[in-house]
Amino acid sequence: MAQIHTNQTLSVNLPEVLVLGPPSIFRIYEKHLSQKFMLLKPWESPIPLEEFLSIHAQNTTAVLTSSVVAYLSSALRLLPSVRLVVTSSVGLDHIDLKECRRRGISVAYAPSVFSADVANLAVGLWVDVLRKISAANCFLKTGLWPVKGDYPLATKLGGKRVGIIGLGRIGREVAKRLEAFGSKISYQSREKKPSVSYPFYTDVCELASNSDVLIICCALNDQTYHLINREVLQALGRQGVIINAARGAIIDEKALVQFLQEGKIAGAGLDVFEHEPNVPEELLELDNVVFSPHSAVFTEESCKDLYDLVVGNLKAFFSNKPLLSPVQFDDFMR
Amino acid sequence: MESIGVLMICPMNSYLEQELDKRFKLFRYWNIPQTQQFLKENSNSIRAVVGNSMAGADAQLIESLPKLEIVSSFSVGLDKIDLNKCKEKGIRVTNTPDVLTEDVADLAIGLMLAVLRRLCECDRYVRKGLWKTGDFKLTTKFTGKSVGIIGLGRIGTAIAKRAEAFDCPISYYSRSEKADTNYKYYPSVIDLASNCQILVVACSLTPETRHIINREVIDALGPKGVLINIGRGPHVDEAELVSALVEGRLGGAGLDVFENEPEAPEELFGLDNVVLLPHVGSGTIETRTAMADLVLGNLEAHFLNKPLLTPVV
Repeated sequence: MAQIHTNQTLSVNLPEVLVLGPPSIFRIYEKHLSQKFMLLKPWESPIPLEEFLSIHAQNTTAVLTSSVVAYLSSALRLLPSVRLVVTSSVGLDHIDLKECRRRGISVAYAPSVFSADVANLAVGLWVDVLRKISAANCFLKTGLWPVKGDYPLATKLGGKRVGIIGLGRIGREVAKRLEAFGSKISYQSREKKPSVSYPFYTDVCELASNSDVLIICCALNDQTYHLINREVLQALGRQGVIINAARGAIIDEKALVQFLQEGKIAGAGLDVFEHEPNVPEELLELDNVVFSPHSAVFTEESCKDLYDLVVGNLKAFFSNKPLLSPVQFDDFMR
Repeated sequence: MESIGVLMICPMNSYLEQELDKRFKLFRYWNIPQTQQFLKENSNSIRAVVGNSMAGADAQLIESLPKLEIVSSFSVGLDKIDLNKCKEKGIRVTNTPDVLTEDVADLAIGLMLAVLRRLCECDRYVRKGLWKTGDFKLTTKFTGKSVGIIGLGRIGTAIAKRAEAFDCPISYYSRSEKADTNYKYYPSVIDLASNCQILVVACSLTPETRHIINREVIDALGPKGVLINIGRGPHVDEAELVSALVEGRLGGAGLDVFENEPEAPEELFGLDNVVLLPHVGSGTIETRTAMADLVLGNLEAHFLNKPLLTPVV
């Protein structure tokens, strides 16, 4: 008799994964993922999360999460059997790494899948802010060119001093691109990078005083929370521009809003904010700010690459093989 | 030199205008109500013309200025100047090469990123409060896309150098293959368009390159292809381009120039895969000042019998 393959039959054999978020790859790849794993999707249940986890996830060993799951730590406390957290992000600020290490939970992330795309967005915002691309496109498409004449002059990119904050994978990709534009590059990082010849600063303020543009490429952690504060913005100065495609909380947003409103810095390109998807209303009136809805990683190609990596990590875990992209706890916990 | 008549064709830069006013006897052509009359009365004192990408010196104007010695263009493009007529009459011509190369190349890359990553649409999305209703859609990765450049001169080379830094493979079409480059050469624009994903126009406008982007080339580039034009509007058959974009036969476009500036095709205004800029390729304070200084420097050199700084003819 032919074996009838129902979804039910298949699911019983599939390894179980609790999904929190859900991560953005779900938009396209939910079906693909449910063909490979038995997915627990708490948001589809009417009962509150805590109850759901207590009833359905006590034996679950793997969790797939996105970076916007702020309640991840409290969820993990209710999951006694978890051995793996896979995050679909390069950022790890939403994960209590210390606690995971203590409990013997491995963490897999997406360290380099997005590097090019994030760097490209940061550079794209930089070009847009200085050359007023979004503003001029809007000017033209609202019919103003024949009426008002030439668009006001913008600022040349070449030869500008660019300070990169954080010279990890993304920072280095940004630097590589900026070199081709003729930028004078300096950086600030936890440590000087021996293989890099750009001028190094330990102090962000000093970097800011010697830069025309600051591009934030570092991770968000206790040391970098509100790293860009009033002092740094003051040092950056009236002609200065700041680009952030990292995490909103690296910048003191209230201070940034004030400095932009008062013309104390020249402009900003922002992909991230402290309270996404809310954006400070005061900034919406300014045409020297370019906004992006935390979309640095959201290209079709990166989504596919991320899906492949997530599946690869989960498969490795379930077949007791080494993870493809494990977090090395020592690297992140200084 | 205050008695030397200089005819400025249209408003282009206030610093340039002020300096021309200071150093020469400046006539502002755009303020003159009866140009025929004006030319009759003043043609003997006009020894120089300053034009730009919008208007320069055609055969008719040149003929009506018998004392014309030099045309100094506030642009690198020479398509608005009748070069043959100038050569015939021994009139010198200068332009503004090099100083604007970087700005134009920077803008070409900016347009590529803006189109592929939907930068302008994303900005609008946030400004209109739509982010609160959900994430923006997925866009297209720039890194790894093949970039095909038409014209590998100063600007084309600068574009290639920048696109390479994004890890985009580079190919090009030129009148002849360049010996000193590793980029892949294609012997025709159609071949280039069939083999790249982003096609950039970076050559000069001549009778041969008018409508170099036609229906065939657009079809070869295809529904996933993107056209970037930082050259001149007439490089592209604009009507064909508009219908291709509206019908989805071309994937997207970033245009800084149009056939009939300051008019731009309204049918494209609502398309989120199209970025339109009001001819700002060299439009930075630093570069326009440098261009103005070149125009002034060339004029002074000419009238002081010194070698021209950037002569074309």
